[in-house]
Amino acid sequence: MIAPGLALEQAPPFSAPLRFFLTAPLFLAVAGLLAAWQPDWSADVRVPFGLALTHLLTLGFLGMVMLGALTQMLPVVAGAPVPGVRRVAGLGHLALLLGTPLLAWGLAGGGEMALLAAGALLATGLLPFLGAASLSLLRGRALDTLRAMALALTALAATLALTALAATLACGLALLGWLAGLWLPADPAAWLNVHVLAGMAGWIGLLILGVAWQVVPMLQLTPAYPPRLTRFLLVAAGTGLLASWLPAESMRLAGKLLLALAAVVFALTTLRLQQQRKRKIPDVALSYWRLGMANLILAAALLPLANSPALQGLTGLLFLLGFAVSVVNGMLCKIVPFLAWFHLQGQRGMLASGLPSMKDYLPDAACRAQFRLHLAALACLLPAPFLPLMAAPGGLLLAASAILLGWNLTRAAQRFHACGGRF
Amino acid sequence: MSTLGTYLTHDHHACDDLFAAAENAVAAGDWPHAQQEFERFDAGMRRHFSMEEDVLFPAFEARTGMSGGPTFVMREEHRQMNNLLAEMVAALARRDSQAYLGQSETLLMLMRQHNMKEENILYPMSDQALADRQSELLAAMEAVTAP
Repeated sequence: MIAPGLALEQAPPFSAPLRFFLTAPLFLAVAGLLAAWQPDWSADVRVPFGLALTHLLTLGFLGMVMLGALTQMLPVVAGAPVPGVRRVAGLGHLALLLGTPLLAWGLAGGGEMALLAAGALLATGLLPFLGAASLSLLRGRALDTLRAMALALTALAATLALTALAATLACGLALLGWLAGLWLPADPAAWLNVHVLAGMAGWIGLLILGVAWQVVPMLQLTPAYPPRLTRFLLVAAGTGLLASWLPAESMRLAGKLLLALAAVVFALTTLRLQQQRKRKIPDVALSYWRLGMANLILAAALLPLANSPALQGLTGLLFLLGFAVSVVNGMLCKIVPFLAWFHLQGQRGMLASGLPSMKDYLPDAACRAQFRLHLAALACLLPAPFLPLMAAPGGLLLAASAILLGWNLTRAAQRFHACGGRF
Repeated sequence: MSTLGTYLTHDHHACDDLFAAAENAVAAGDWPHAQQEFERFDAGMRRHFSMEEDVLFPAFEARTGMSGGPTFVMREEHRQMNNLLAEMVAALARRDSQAYLGQSETLLMLMRQHNMKEENILYPMSDQALADRQSELLAAMEAVTAP
């Protein structure tokens, strides 16, 4: 019997997650440029450019990084490797790389063919990924009696998040079919509602939740999240999601209130745990997490109230850019240098000394400069739904922050290669 | 009464405290204090490795017959951590806080993932496999001093 989850060989090759991490900033930069070029995007989230922008952020940046992170994280939390990880990751990456710009183009008015081709590409690339990830989680379930609760709960959060991704993809494809004139749903708004909530609260929200339980205590040496609280969060988020898809308006509102409550409890707990951290040194990832949690609280507070397009735009921005992009950005500053160190160390052998440390791959000053640009971009973009003239400087700052992020990560990969590392 | 798993998990947390105290002192530039705190941390780590490698792992391997499996991987990771600790000793001697903080951050990531694997998988397996030898092994671990 090989002890599950412990063997080094279960870690995928560096190239499996890295290809996602290095290309994701490209889409964030394009989103910034598009926001600056078409300042009207913010007037209504359902105008064509708003849709294109949203998908550049969600699929292009967030989806890209999160799939990459899953290839690395699933073997540990599930206790079983992702089958065929090299091919599955390669295919998923290619699908997002080609499908996302095509989808953005199609949604911005590029025509039915672009939409259909994007849908076909995304489905072809994401379905094998979903299948392989589910297999890994299913095989890992046999371990649940042995595994301590904290890891089992993260595995459960990942399972729910992947289910939500499948629902997001299915509704997204149905909506694409509608936009391309293949069919006429009775109530397109209902499909859109499931698509948006499953994507944001289910896929993005639950995955970050499950990751936070592991990495927040790990990075800052904080106390662990109380297990009863993590169970409550999973139940509340799951119930809230299901209720928010029901036809009755009152149930939908109750579902959204429950989702908002879960988000606020999660964010406040995270901030409180970070307040109690033993590690007191300044840290860019900590700044990103705190910024993300503050934005999540604001987004949750607005969710039940957002009736006008501008308020909905602001809620979406707070959640996607303020919360999710911030947290993901902070995680990238840790994951990429750690994996570079980990793989180089593994390849050079135990006796190698003088290898670069994490901060040699990605110096603090480079991360801090990028954080400041992200903060400035956010400060300009959040008021943009009400003040469209802020979209231009905000979009350009976002693009600058994304380009610096991409440059920082590329330099880390170059350093790894220069030290003899193999991808 | 503690089990093997809770005893060693508690010791992980004690090492975390010592890690943070040393790192905070280096970041503050208080070198004499940092040296003192680091030595306590280093001794705590060596004692913990010894409790596992000299007491728990041999008992686990003898009982389960798994010598090339989980304990092998854990020993390898201990060696990786020892390499990083050696780099930190050198950085302390040079009073190079940037080098120290770069190595300590790397150590923290490795150490916490290593602990997570032990606390979630290896310790529960050990508690199950070695339930009848618990008090004897706990006493043997208690008696270990930092080599």
